Amino acid sequence: MAEQDWKTNKRVFAAVSLPTLLWTILFFAIPMAIVWVYSFGQNAGLNEIDISGTLDNYKRATEWLYLGIFGKSFAVAALVTLICLIVGFPVAMAITFASEKWRPWLLLGIMLPFWTNLLVRTYALMIILGQQGYANKGLEALWGGASWIKTLIGLQPLPTWEPAQLLFNNFAVVFGLVYVHLPFMVLPLYAALDRLDRSLVEASLDLGAGHFRTIMRIVVPLAAPGIVAGVMITLIPALGAYLTPDLMGGTDSQMIANVIERQFKKANDWPFGAALSFILIYAMFILIALQSMRRKVPELH
Amino acid sequence: MALLSRTPRAPLEYSRTLWMRLWVGAVMVFLYAPLIVLMIFSFNDSKRNVVWRGFTMKYYDKALNNDVLVEALVNSLTIAALATVVSLILGAISAVMLWRFRFPLKGAVDGTISLPIIVPEICMGVAFLMFFAKVQWPTDLIWPLNLSAITIAHITFCFPFVTMVVRSRLASFNREQEEAAKDLGAGEWQMFRDVLIPHMKPALIAGALLSFTLSLDDFVITYFTSGPDTVTFPVKVYSMLRFSVTPEVNAASTILIILTIVLTAIALKLQGVKAIAETH
Repeated sequence: MAEQDWKTNKRVFAAVSLPTLLWTILFFAIPMAIVWVYSFGQNAGLNEIDISGTLDNYKRATEWLYLGIFGKSFAVAALVTLICLIVGFPVAMAITFASEKWRPWLLLGIMLPFWTNLLVRTYALMIILGQQGYANKGLEALWGGASWIKTLIGLQPLPTWEPAQLLFNNFAVVFGLVYVHLPFMVLPLYAALDRLDRSLVEASLDLGAGHFRTIMRIVVPLAAPGIVAGVMITLIPALGAYLTPDLMGGTDSQMIANVIERQFKKANDWPFGAALSFILIYAMFILIALQSMRRKVPELH
Repeated sequence: MALLSRTPRAPLEYSRTLWMRLWVGAVMVFLYAPLIVLMIFSFNDSKRNVVWRGFTMKYYDKALNNDVLVEALVNSLTIAALATVVSLILGAISAVMLWRFRFPLKGAVDGTISLPIIVPEICMGVAFLMFFAKVQWPTDLIWPLNLSAITIAHITFCFPFVTMVVRSRLASFNREQEEAAKDLGAGEWQMFRDVLIPHMKPALIAGALLSFTLSLDDFVITYFTSGPDTVTFPVKVYSMLRFSVTPEVNAASTILIILTIVLTAIALKLQGVKAIAETH
C-alpha cells in the first residue's frame, strides 16, 4: 500500500493536517514574514516603524563593520567545526568499534552533556577557565615544572607565573563553542561509521595498508555523508551562537547573533536587526543548498 | 593497556588501542570535568569558586529560599511539560500526515515544518518578539497563562523534532498491519490508537525526552519572548551570571544537572540504553 491520495480520505487528512498547518502558519510563517517585512522598514519616532520598502537596512549591513562581523562569525564557526571534527572523529571511531557492552554507555557519555543545560555548561566552563580556575592552576604547575627543570640543568629559572587570561577573549569563545558543540559532531559521525561495511576495512588492512592509510582512504570516503552531516549540524548552530560569545567573549569577540540582539535591546533599531536576521537565514539556506548539491553529485556518476 | 587485555587485539578493535583509549578518556574529562567541578564547588563554604573551604549545604538552602529562582524553576518545568504534551500531539499527527498522504504542495509543507530546526535560534527569538509585540499579546495574565507566549514559542521549535523522530520510526511500519486492522473492522480512530500509537511508542518517548530537554534548555528564544514579569530558569541564571556570581548559581545549576540525570535515568529505565542511544 503506497501513500494515500488525500482526497480518498478527507476527514482523516483534515484531522492530521489542519492542526499542524494552522500552528505552522500562525506561529512560524507569520512571525517570520513580519521580520521579513520589517527588514524593509525604518524607525519613525520612538515606537513606530514605517514600512517604506527601503533597502537601506541591507545597504547598511554591507558596511565594513558588519561585513567584518559576518566574516569573523564564519571564521569562528568554521574553526570550531574543524576542531570538533578532528577531536570527534577518533571518538566516533572508538564508539563504533567498541564492544557491545561498552558502546551504549560511551554514547550515553557523549549525549548526557548534550542534554545538560547550555547555560549551566557555559558557566561550568567559565569557572574552569577563570583567572584562578583549574586551567590556570594546571598551567602554573606546568610552568613551575619547566622552571624547575631549567634550574636543574643549570639555566636561569623562568620568570614568575602570571595567570593567563583564558576568559573574555576570542580563545575562550572558540574553546566554549567546541565544548558545547562536540556532541553535535560525534553523534552523526557515529551514525555514519556504524553503517560502514567492516569487511572493506578488513580487506584494506589485509592487503597491507596501514591503519592511518585505511582510515584516510577507506573509512573517510565511505563516511563522507556522515561527515558532511556532522559539519552542517555543528556549523549552523555555531554560526548563530549567542550565549557563548556573549558570556565568554571579550569586547572584540562579538558574533553576528550578538549584533542582532543589540538591535533589539540596546540600540532599538528593529528594522536593521530584522535585516541582519534575514541575512543570517539566507546564509543558512546557502549552506544547506551547497550540502544538498554535494549530495547529488555522486548520483550522477 | 594492551598488556592487561586477556585476548589479543583484533585489527578492528580500535577502541582497545592505547592511544584511542587515551583520546576518548581525554574527551570525557574535557566534557565532564567542568560539570563535576561546578557540582563540587556548590558545596564549598566560600563566596568564590576558588579554594575549598569546607563542606556546606547553605547555598542550597539559599537557592531554595530564593523565591524568584524557585519561581523560575517552576515556570521552566511547567513550560517544558506543556510544550512536550502539545509537541507530541502535533509531531505525531504531522508525521502521520507526511507518511500516509499524498497531497498538493507536500514538499513545501514538509520543508516548512522542518524549517524551525535549521533557522538560527536568534532569528526565531527575534521573530517571536516582533510577532507578540505586533499582535499585542497580553503580558499581565495570571499564572500559568502568563507563560503562554513562551510556551507557544517552545512548541514551535520542539514539535518539528518530534515529527522527525516519529517519521523515521513510521518508515519501519508494516502497512499490512493497517490493512489487517481494517479488515478486522477497526475504524480510523481505533486503528490509530491500537495499531499506530503502539508502533510509534519508542519514538514518542524519545520525542518527549527531546522536547522536554530542548524546552528546559532554551535561553535565546525565551530571552526574547519573555515579558518583564515572566522569568524562566535559564533567563534567571543568565541574569545572575551577568550581574552577580554567587555560589547560589552553583547550587541551582547542580539541581538542574541532577534533574537531567534523573530524566535520563527514567528514559533508560523505559527504553534501555541501546534504544536511547539509537534514537539520536
